[in-house]
Amino acid sequence: MEMKTQNLRSLFWHRFKKNKLAVSGGIIVFSLFIIAVFAPFIAPHDPNAINVQHILEPPNLNHPFGTDDLGRDVFSRVIYGSRISLTVGFVAVGIATIIGIFLGAVSGYYSGLMDSVIMRFVDIMLSVPTFFLILAVIAFLEPSILNIMIVIGLTSWMGVARLVRAEFLSLREREFVLAARGLGASDMRIIFRHILPNAMSPVLVSSVLGIAGAVLVESALSFLGIGVQPPTPSWGNILTIGKDNIEIAWWLSVFPGLAILVTVLGYNLLGEGIRDAIDPRLKI
Amino acid sequence: MLTYLFKKLLEMLPTLIGITLLSFFIIHLAPGKPTDIMADLNPKITPEARERLEKYYGLDKPVIVQYGIWLKRIVKLDFGESFSADKRPVWDKIKERLPITILINSLSLVLILLIAIPIGVSSATHQYSLYDRFTTVFVFLGFAIPTFWLALLLMILFGVNLGWLPISGIKSLDYEGLSFISKIWDRVSHLILPIFLEAFGGLAGLSRYMRSNMLEVVRQDYITTARAKGLPESKVIYKHALRNALLPIITILGLSVPGLIGGSVIFETIFSIPGMGQLFYTGVITRDYPLIMGILTIGAILTLAGNLLADIGYAIADPRIRTR
Repeated sequence: MEMKTQNLRSLFWHRFKKNKLAVSGGIIVFSLFIIAVFAPFIAPHDPNAINVQHILEPPNLNHPFGTDDLGRDVFSRVIYGSRISLTVGFVAVGIATIIGIFLGAVSGYYSGLMDSVIMRFVDIMLSVPTFFLILAVIAFLEPSILNIMIVIGLTSWMGVARLVRAEFLSLREREFVLAARGLGASDMRIIFRHILPNAMSPVLVSSVLGIAGAVLVESALSFLGIGVQPPTPSWGNILTIGKDNIEIAWWLSVFPGLAILVTVLGYNLLGEGIRDAIDPRLKI
Repeated sequence: MLTYLFKKLLEMLPTLIGITLLSFFIIHLAPGKPTDIMADLNPKITPEARERLEKYYGLDKPVIVQYGIWLKRIVKLDFGESFSADKRPVWDKIKERLPITILINSLSLVLILLIAIPIGVSSATHQYSLYDRFTTVFVFLGFAIPTFWLALLLMILFGVNLGWLPISGIKSLDYEGLSFISKIWDRVSHLILPIFLEAFGGLAGLSRYMRSNMLEVVRQDYITTARAKGLPESKVIYKHALRNALLPIITILGLSVPGLIGGSVIFETIFSIPGMGQLFYTGVITRDYPLIMGILTIGAILTLAGNLLADIGYAIADPRIRTR
């Protein structure tokens, strides 16, 4: 058994390393981590330091991304903004993945009435214009980072649930499950110890891709002014200032958007790379 | 075919009720009542007056009872009155905003189809060519570019720097004084950027699906047969393969409706378009319950209508489905 796992793992690495796009995705994601963790050392200025003498300065040596309408350094704000998108991405997707795994596993393992009810619920959630619902709930609650993460998580678990259910439907009749049942393992043990580990690879892929989606939703909410509130810097709320000064300060619009683009691209490349390395047949 | 349609319609009813029930509970249970906002505006309001207000709006009853009342009205197509100062019926408010949102969304759907299908087909038939690689990069960028950011960039380029296109509203201030031709151009030029940007988000996904479907279909035996009997390649691709490759696209189009509607909020806010998304944003900020519920219901109906159209399209394209 140990041998087999080793082989699979090295096969995975071998395939992953050959895929240049996947590796560059991995490098982007890793660099974003470093930037977020070491933001205080990388940022040349205090991101919230207001300087009325340097309002709306175009990019220059002292302020590589220019300054905003309060004279704050945009480069430092973009650096600190990576913390927000990283946290929101991971926590929101974590919540969605846990809910999705749980509902998908129950639905696929027990089938019958439970399955019909849960899948109906999934259909309903997929038919609501989710962005409207997120907007409504966030605007009602205080727009804090915690609330944003929870609400995005609660509205994006449906894909994972469907994936896990499909895996469970095909795995639950396999011999190893029957054997475990024959040995008297409890349902909980069979679900979480025996079936779930075999169903995790598509979940991993969809979670990595989901982070990209969550980053986009958070930036859109912050852009609309109901996400992360100033003065806390987030890429979305820098873009709001960019929109207000669109005719005089292009740099406020260009740089935070590029940061979002690179982040989302990185997670997408990494996710697709992992998928291709796990199972080349799944490639689209 | 008729029974099939009827069955589909019947299946939608519980989904619609489910959606409205879910939305109603979430919105009414979330903290922050409409009366809080009114109290903010008028700090001298007494607790008794607040209670009277809550009673007036029916907010003192349990949520499930409120939902019952709401549902009973909806059956008669009565969405209630807006909580805002003008107290107009919600339906009237939605009615004047709906056409522009539907127009922009359906035109962008058409645009998505017109661009994504040819791109998908040709990159599949030229797999691994330079063209295929180029479109793959385009697709990845398309997934990653936040469309509201692209909107800002295009506004800077076409609106501010080049001055070719207007960047806000749906008509110019001097619209009434323009000649007929200029009026048409005025309308069109205001819509070009929003429609293109709404379409952009869906473009990448759909062309990718089209490519993979096409690759799948081209490998099947009946395509080999068609080639073997000497049909020209264009006929094989566009008559034999395309039909089957298009089938899953219909479903995806149906599923993309909620995303498009959700996206309207962002675009209508950026371009100051007086549509449903903008109305919803105002409703949310002022906690206008009937208005929010009205728009969520209309959104859900549009989504289900999209799914129904997809089902009908599927049944027309694939005879196996309608006889089932």
